[in-house]
Amino acid sequence: MGNDYAIEADGLRRTYRGRTGWLRPRRTEVEAVRGVSFTVGRGELFGLLGPNGAGKTTTIKMLNTLLLPTSGSARVCGQDVVKQTREVRRRIGYVFGGDRGLYDRLSGLDNLRYFAELYGVAPREQKRRIAELLELVGLTGRERERVEGYSRGMRQRLHIARGLLHSPEVLFLDEPSIGVDPVAARELRRTVSDLAATGTTVLLTTHYMAEADELCDRIAVIADGQIQALGTPAELRHHADGRRIVEVEAYGVPDTAVSALRGLPGVRETAIEERGALQLLTVQSDAHIDVQGDILRELAGIRLGRVNSREPTLEDAYVAIVNAA
Amino acid sequence: MLALGTLTHVKQMSHSPFEVTIALVVPIVQATLAVYLFRAGQEQHRLIEAAVGAGLMGVWSSVLFGSGGAIQNQRWQGTLEMIMLAPRRPVLVILPITVATGLTGTYSLLATLAWGRILYGIRLEFAHPFAFVVAAVVCIVALGMFGLLLASTFVLMRNANALANTLEYPIWLVSGMLVPITVLPAWTGPIAAVLPTTWGARALREATTGGPVWPAVGVCLGISVLCLVFGSISLTYVERRARAAATLALA
Repeated sequence: MGNDYAIEADGLRRTYRGRTGWLRPRRTEVEAVRGVSFTVGRGELFGLLGPNGAGKTTTIKMLNTLLLPTSGSARVCGQDVVKQTREVRRRIGYVFGGDRGLYDRLSGLDNLRYFAELYGVAPREQKRRIAELLELVGLTGRERERVEGYSRGMRQRLHIARGLLHSPEVLFLDEPSIGVDPVAARELRRTVSDLAATGTTVLLTTHYMAEADELCDRIAVIADGQIQALGTPAELRHHADGRRIVEVEAYGVPDTAVSALRGLPGVRETAIEERGALQLLTVQSDAHIDVQGDILRELAGIRLGRVNSREPTLEDAYVAIVNAA
Repeated sequence: MLALGTLTHVKQMSHSPFEVTIALVVPIVQATLAVYLFRAGQEQHRLIEAAVGAGLMGVWSSVLFGSGGAIQNQRWQGTLEMIMLAPRRPVLVILPITVATGLTGTYSLLATLAWGRILYGIRLEFAHPFAFVVAAVVCIVALGMFGLLLASTFVLMRNANALANTLEYPIWLVSGMLVPITVLPAWTGPIAAVLPTTWGARALREATTGGPVWPAVGVCLGISVLCLVFGSISLTYVERRARAAATLALA
């Protein structure tokens, strides 16, 4: 492996060991990551996509030195994540989604000052860097307010400013848009895209397909602790080649009807998404078999809304990859 | 780094309504306990010693629960991972937290003395006022360093609160904060001798009553330095263990 890569993961594995009970202790083992290998080029925006519990966060935490791998190796900017921990930490930033990770009872400015000191930003540069980042994330004027009064979006933006204080070469973003409203999420995507454009390597984990599709140069789909597919968004879309998607809006679809749909000839996958009272039923089938008539027959007697037949998207390819795992 | 870190953690701790309430109530309770214990023992002339000892108990509680609680709180609020991820030696990251708890504990000492004066009329007369101030500072530093040694355990264990709870009363007793260690069983002697709290409490008592302050201050400082060295080594080891055991985060 050469130094053209910002991140190199080779056969990373991580097993969590635990113990439950006092009188009769029982040991538990969970293999969260099972041999993950990939490389990320310098300045690349790389996405790690997968369902809950797939091993995304564990992978990111092994790469950013928060967890030791059970086996395998990884390098960030050419530095070993186990042996050269401090060198790696100097070069990386880590931002995760959600409400946690900040000192709520302090102001945004106090948070940034403390982390600037902690992350070794030279004292004479701190003021300028903090002002620059507050401007970048749109928090100028709100920096003296306590973080506990910030909205989810503002906290997330402060997180990003915190992660960028020491101008890291590699930025790890672990589900940064989780729980953020659509407008804030769009601003967040623009910030991430701008960072990548200025040469920062970004490793992004997300649930949101549209986000990965819009931002990432390449995406690795991870499920069950292993990488199931890796490529550009256009390449990943090929995993759904030869398929056709039928979407049906329905109200009160019983489980038996969904099972019956799965048994129809030509049907590859079915998924149901609850949207309040409405259910969106998505059926993937072989493109050369028209299953729409069969689907509507199986749903006879159920109140239906719009029915739509379309080409597969990246999301459909993702569902196909994950379900095949 | 140390100064800004300490200031940050003092701010974070002092903005907690829960901790402010505890800080207001506990010194009154401790002053009351000390005064009534000594009155019952017909030793009214030693009330000032009782008040100082009670104040020291407050500093110890602050350090113990502050260090343990602060690290546990950081784990809950997701900041423990963020601070341990800094490219610094673990000791430089954790020391400001334990020094901050020692500083907030100073308030407990002062408040206990103040309540003792206001509620019970204890005359705050110290034989060596200057030595008392020096001994108090050394004592608080020592407790901060001792907290650092304990902090390594708190970083490693997710349920560190259980350990903190079991340590509170034994250290009060064994260090002679409230009762002289001479009245305790002989086997507690060696334990007391290695605790910085014992020497800190002795230095404060000597400064109050007029005994030799400086030997106790010296031993207290020496043990503090040892706590700093061992705490630093232990934290480096524990940080690696915590990365292996995945205990920096809540889950």
